[in-house]
Amino acid sequence: MTTFDLTGATRRELNQALHDASGGESFEVVNPRGAHAVACGIRADIDVVVRGSVGYYCAGMHQHGRVLVEGNASTGLAENIMSGLVRITGNATMSAGATGCGGLVVVGGNAGARCGISMKGVDIVVGGNVGHMSAFMAQAGNLVVCGDAAADLGDSIYEAQIFVRGDVESLGADCVEKEMRPEHVETLRGLLAAAAPATEGAEVSQFRRYGSARRLYNFTIDDVDALEAEREGAIP
Amino acid sequence: MCGIVGLFCKTETHRHELGRLTAVMLREMRDRGPDSAGFASYDAGAPGRTRITVLAEGIEVDWGPVAAALEKVLDAEVTVRSVHDHAVFSTGGDGRAARQWIIDNVAGATVLSYGSQIELYKAVGDPDLVAERYDLGSRTGTHALAHTRMATESAVTTNGSHPFATGADTCLVHNGSLSNHNRLRRFLEGHGESFQTENDSEVAAGYLSWRMRSGDTISQALEGALEDLDGFYTFAIGVAHGFAILRDPIACKPAVVAETDDWVAMSSEYRAIARLPGATHAEVWEPEPARIYTWSLAA
Repeated sequence: MTTFDLTGATRRELNQALHDASGGESFEVVNPRGAHAVACGIRADIDVVVRGSVGYYCAGMHQHGRVLVEGNASTGLAENIMSGLVRITGNATMSAGATGCGGLVVVGGNAGARCGISMKGVDIVVGGNVGHMSAFMAQAGNLVVCGDAAADLGDSIYEAQIFVRGDVESLGADCVEKEMRPEHVETLRGLLAAAAPATEGAEVSQFRRYGSARRLYNFTIDDVDALEAEREGAIP
Repeated sequence: MCGIVGLFCKTETHRHELGRLTAVMLREMRDRGPDSAGFASYDAGAPGRTRITVLAEGIEVDWGPVAAALEKVLDAEVTVRSVHDHAVFSTGGDGRAARQWIIDNVAGATVLSYGSQIELYKAVGDPDLVAERYDLGSRTGTHALAHTRMATESAVTTNGSHPFATGADTCLVHNGSLSNHNRLRRFLEGHGESFQTENDSEVAAGYLSWRMRSGDTISQALEGALEDLDGFYTFAIGVAHGFAILRDPIACKPAVVAETDDWVAMSSEYRAIARLPGATHAEVWEPEPARIYTWSLAA
């Protein structure tokens, strides 16, 4: 195992070493002290353990490898993750897993506002609660919340699935509760197992599923009226 | 952008190094706002005395005659000491009247704060140099706020720097921007507040001052702020014996809080908190949108 102590080593040195890895290596990062862009751009099948809390964009653009943060993460954890695993034991602030296209992001504690915003295929499992506007414009993938979801969950959602075990303060535009069919039970069971121990105590039967009502996909007849009114000069 | 920090010492343990710890936090937020900086610190003060911190940027003011004239106006003894381009007056007289008299009668001067506990310093330039010039590191006391500014909507000037304080011992640092500050400024001016800049954050400070002067607690004033302020904000607020945090309902602007038995620290980013003594064992959380957080010292 190679250790980087960020009281001395720079993040550029750390990230370059991670980019240069070919696969199979293990790295340890100590004293991150809230530094930004820790372990960004990993492309190989490597393991990275970060002992302490990190700042913005930790494990951004992640592929193939596994990053474990023993602590909290700030804005944009695993932003645009493509594959692999990013796991933190503590809380994440806003926009965790934003725009992720694949892989798995596990937040042991709570995630803040806009968790999974514009997610495009990533799976995100949160052991605690998520903040307001989570899964905003989510296009594909699964967001699993073992606690509660704050206001406007899944606003303007496309084809992502949301599973919430606790209370949902309110659903956003075009997001509705949906039937939990066998294939959803199967997906959820797999994600709860993959994210353990963050999901400890959570049973598949305790979750409800939410997704798109697909009412925003096309213009409605009201929209046509508006267009015609505009054409006729009724609307300036 | 902009970076804000606040440190509130719940116990005696770190009060002797309040300034040093605040400077450490400020330095970490330097790259969020490298063009100007400011800080306010609160100490016990002297019984019955009000301090007024005044900035006279780019002009020479002979503070002795100003203090003498102020003595006559207040009918109370006034002393003054200068700290570079700032001056700190001390009087047993009416602080609010002293503030207004200086605004009206000392050309080119800006009153930064008044109160029995607060002193406030600000300047254009590298936050580290600002902290050094006004000797933030040696300050002692119960709580402090500081700000690093990256001007996005107005010029890089000292008057655009934070913190802002318009009322007794009430001051605020702000990350964000308000959209209804012009209308609100006119309203507050009609209700006895006076402003010295065109800055939106000064209006927020004036709003809290007005509410608290009308008898509100800081919590009540902030409940009003949630209704009456329109825009983006993360605020850290200092009052006599107290400290508060408020974020707008959308909460785009970052904030993190950490608390131990000895202190509460708030910052735009965790890295400012990470260097405080005991930070690794602190309880750390993100303040929720539209929720008022307050701490106060036992009287």
